[in-house]
Amino acid sequence: MTATPDTLPIHSEDDVVRVRHAVRRAAVELGFSLVDQTKLVTAASELARNTLIHGGGGEARVERLDTPRRGLRLVFEDRGPGIPDVERAFQDGFTTGGGLGLGLGGSRRLVNDFSVESTPGVLTRVTATKWK
Amino acid sequence: MERIPILKLGDLLLVTIQVDMHDRLALTLQDDLTTAIVAHGARGVLIDISALDVVDSFIGRVLGNIASMSRLLSAETMIVGMQPAVAITLVELGVTWRHVRTALNVEQGMRRLRASLDGPRA
Ligand SMILES: Nc1ncnc2c1ncn2[C@@H]1O[C@H](COP(=O)(O)OP(=O)(O)OP(=O)(O)O)[C@@H](O)[C@H]1O
Ligand SMILES: [Mg+2]
Repeated sequence: MTATPDTLPIHSEDDVVRVRHAVRRAAVELGFSLVDQTKLVTAASELARNTLIHGGGGEARVERLDTPRRGLRLVFEDRGPGIPDVERAFQDGFTTGGGLGLGLGGSRRLVNDFSVESTPGVLTRVTATKWK
Repeated sequence: MERIPILKLGDLLLVTIQVDMHDRLALTLQDDLTTAIVAHGARGVLIDISALDVVDSFIGRVLGNIASMSRLLSAETMIVGMQPAVAITLVELGVTWRHVRTALNVEQGMRRLRASLDGPRA
């Protein structure tokens, strides 16, 4: 059983801040420790910014999970250019922008399950889950 | 435009970040601080981040840049009050800082900054 997710648009820097706040709220509700809340919010911030900057905007879904355990799943989707070489994108320091190239690899380290599905030009979906 | 205030205390600049900054606001702070260092001939910059419950790679990079730019303008940067959960997360994220000194709170940071500015080598 899973509660209906919050869906949030990501079309501006203020939207990225709103995603951080929504993830914080959900993580607190689910009883995550302060450190785990911080990791979740930080990962959400990295991925939301990627959706905005690299994906040209999209949306975030914040899903509260009950099975098999309690957890929080964050799904980021965009219909931008996509990630042709996902393994490369994960490497710390790899960036096609002016960033540090830490967002993708770093947020994978901050959660338990992480996946990237990208069909360039069609859909890019990044999913990050942290279990309680 | 929204801005983070910069306080002048003798030859130090003090910034207290109290809001969850969007990216542009962080970049504005970076510009304002470097301008203020030169305008006031400041020798030290103290940034209190105790109210920040998230520092992601973007904000982390901006804080690191502020320290590097200050260094080029011969001012030292001290970042104080980082929450423990933020420190743990930054390390796992992979953000590393050069030229950044840290302290647990404003008093300690101020004392250390003063000591190194007024010290024997000053
Ligand atoms: N949603 C996306 N759409 C297209 N490309 C993406 C997307 N997310 C990430 N990428 C690609 O993966 C690379 C690595 O992303 P990552 O977040 O690790 O670094 P960055 O965003 O470049 O820098 P940082 O996040 O450290 O500021 C990006 O430079 C970009 O090429
Ligand atoms: Mg990124």
